[in-house]
Amino acid sequence: MTSTFLSDALIYLAAAVIFVPLAKKMGLGSVLGYLIGGMIIGPFFLGFVGQEGKDIMHFAEFGVVMMLFLIGLELEPKTFWRMRRFVLGTGIMQMGMTTFLCFVALLLAGLSWQASLACGLALSMSSTAIVMQTLREKGLMKTESGKTSFAVLLFQDISVIPILALIPLLAVSGVKAASTGHASFIEGLPGWAQTLTLLVAVNSVVVAGHFIFVPFLRFIARIRLRELFTASALLIVIATAYLMMLVGLSPALGTFLAGVVLATSEFRHELESDIEPFKGVLLGLFFIAVGASINFKLIMENPLKVMALVGGIITIKSLVLYATGKVSRLSFDQNMIFTLGLGQVGEFAFVLFAFITQLQIISAESSDIMMGATAITMTVTPLLLLMNERLILPRFGTKEALEQKEADEISSEHSVIIAGFGYFGSTIGRFLRANGFEATILDNDSDRVDLLRKMGFTVFYGDATRLDILKSAGADSAKILIAAIDAPETNLDLAERTKKAFPNLKVMVRARNNLDAYNLLDMGIEDIYRESIDTSVRFGVDVLIKLGVRKYTATRAGQLFIKYDEASFRQLAQHRHDQEAYLVNIREQIALQEQLLENDRKASPNIHDFAWDMDAEIKNTPDMNNNQG
Amino acid sequence: MKKILILFSHPRFEKSRANRALIENIDKVEGVNCHDLYEEYPDFNINAEREKELLGNHQIIVWHFPFYTYSAPALLKQWMDVVLEYGWAHGSKGNALKDKIAFVALTAGGTRESYAANQHNQFTLCEFLRPFEQAANLCKMIYLPPFAVHGTHVLTDQQLAAYADSYRRLLGKLTTGEYDTVSVSRFEYLNDWLSNKG
Repeated sequence: MTSTFLSDALIYLAAAVIFVPLAKKMGLGSVLGYLIGGMIIGPFFLGFVGQEGKDIMHFAEFGVVMMLFLIGLELEPKTFWRMRRFVLGTGIMQMGMTTFLCFVALLLAGLSWQASLACGLALSMSSTAIVMQTLREKGLMKTESGKTSFAVLLFQDISVIPILALIPLLAVSGVKAASTGHASFIEGLPGWAQTLTLLVAVNSVVVAGHFIFVPFLRFIARIRLRELFTASALLIVIATAYLMMLVGLSPALGTFLAGVVLATSEFRHELESDIEPFKGVLLGLFFIAVGASINFKLIMENPLKVMALVGGIITIKSLVLYATGKVSRLSFDQNMIFTLGLGQVGEFAFVLFAFITQLQIISAESSDIMMGATAITMTVTPLLLLMNERLILPRFGTKEALEQKEADEISSEHSVIIAGFGYFGSTIGRFLRANGFEATILDNDSDRVDLLRKMGFTVFYGDATRLDILKSAGADSAKILIAAIDAPETNLDLAERTKKAFPNLKVMVRARNNLDAYNLLDMGIEDIYRESIDTSVRFGVDVLIKLGVRKYTATRAGQLFIKYDEASFRQLAQHRHDQEAYLVNIREQIALQEQLLENDRKASPNIHDFAWDMDAEIKNTPDMNNNQG
Repeated sequence: MKKILILFSHPRFEKSRANRALIENIDKVEGVNCHDLYEEYPDFNINAEREKELLGNHQIIVWHFPFYTYSAPALLKQWMDVVLEYGWAHGSKGNALKDKIAFVALTAGGTRESYAANQHNQFTLCEFLRPFEQAANLCKMIYLPPFAVHGTHVLTDQQLAAYADSYRRLLGKLTTGEYDTVSVSRFEYLNDWLSNKG
């Protein structure tokens, strides 16, 4: 047992470590890397994992559970309330139309109406795991397509609750779910009672969240043992999931609800940072398991059937999604990303299909084919997105670069390149432009790119970390590259690549905080701009003024503090590696804060010179004859 | 009645006992407008257009500052460089300040006696103030002798109050316009003109 566990772990982790970096290097994204890794170690290629792949999948589904807990955590009821129209509008349209079209198609293919409806509902789901991961990697979360995707996914994830409640009503009367393996409480009940149970369970999670979880976490937090808090966070997630399973409901939804309830508590951020790594690893495992579970034998036996199913599903879903995007007024580029991004069938479909099969609404064989098709759509999506990015959008959407109109324009290439034109980069760009320096801009938000081009900027559209785009933006001949992307990791990545590929280019980088800045310093980058320093100090200067300090004295104090802080930051950076390695960023952040405050206390960074100070001179040299007033 | 603009320049006003006495409530003297440059432009980014408009609205300009290392604080120099433009304040077409009155009001740590040849400071105060005098001439203004508070750190509160009082009386008197600028110019300090006449 132990040895199989270890060998399994070895295979899965090795698959992740080998294939994900390979996929990233080839620009395929991590999700595709996991999926390919899964297929290769699966029973049909290398055969490292056999039928137990299914069990691993059940285990790894827990990654999905954790992901939903985190989504719940990020979703404060207030935020949700603000988004409600958007979520309802796009969600109902997408799910309603997809379900209806799939229903009709399956009915025509000869399934019973109950089976068609149940499968239609399952097929209308998209994969939150794949889409969120992909969007985040591409830095598209804040674009219109990202927001719309999030809204639709949210609606789908929530609607699993009523769907699970309604599906038992579709079961052919008299037939009870065959007790396969673990029997759950809910299975023995008639349809109406199952629905009722669900409502009770959902409400009890909400009540427990408020009256048990939060006081419990407060108690644990007082003990001040970090690992105990992590254990408690895991305990809450697992306990909720287990209870839901016991009642026979989806654990993912239970934890999603628990997440929403805890989103308003003071522990939100700590819970997030505790669960995040577990989620990442388990989700990766889940993707590998999906890859490994693709039943190539079944596909070989019914190639046409499976191909037709996959093609049909993606076509129907894409058409509906495109229409939804059009109604939400997405531009062509954004709509293509949205459409192809959500074109797959999601992980909840696995849960739903298993449930439907249990209720004997469809046969086990159809269920296998459906699940196979689901896994294939998941694999196809990242490929479709890649094709979209490389082939479709450059031709039909926002161009990567505008063609040079005249040959002599090539000579007027700008000496500054700005990567990332969000609020930070755009301010730099506007400032430079106001002073007569045009910059070449790299951005991955097509809407923004279109707007900027209309305003006459030279803009390249795409992932700034791609060397070919950097090259076409003139990185060879430019003098300065400004890395002003929102995501610190992307800036770091960009800085590293440019330093290697274009050693003559001066790289100036935006850092979100001191930790990012340290990493940049370690890479040997000198020009680092911590984004909040100047604003915070300017804020502080204004506070001093409001408290009655003379404006010039306050201004000087601010200038002095910025200088002091810069020096202090660089000095601390040298000693950073003397300390033990920090595993958790937040902990290092706190330790850093402590060092800074300690330094402040010793150095007292305020004006303590005697410039223009006549009272000080009186005390020092009362008989001086000049220099004072 | 003439209006007076005090261009007050002090980087550490909050620490200056002498200037507090001189400047406090100076705005209450009728016709006097005190313009606190370090408070207005802590970033040294002087709004020249606004300053020109202010100058246009007043007939008497006072450069009021503590006498640091034999000159004015940096911001006042900045003000002169930025505001006294060629073609506006001087040059053949620069007549905006023509016939306005200008003088320096200052506080100095050293005594009046120390500002003389062979004394501690080697030169007289008026000699040190030549750049102001000639800048005024360049702008076709009428330059008057300085008003000076000497030995600030040895002054008692009472003496300081007396200086503050005479500064007010001086400004009040200048607003009336009932004096001959040529005869005023014969005094070394405006303090002398004030005590001589009354």
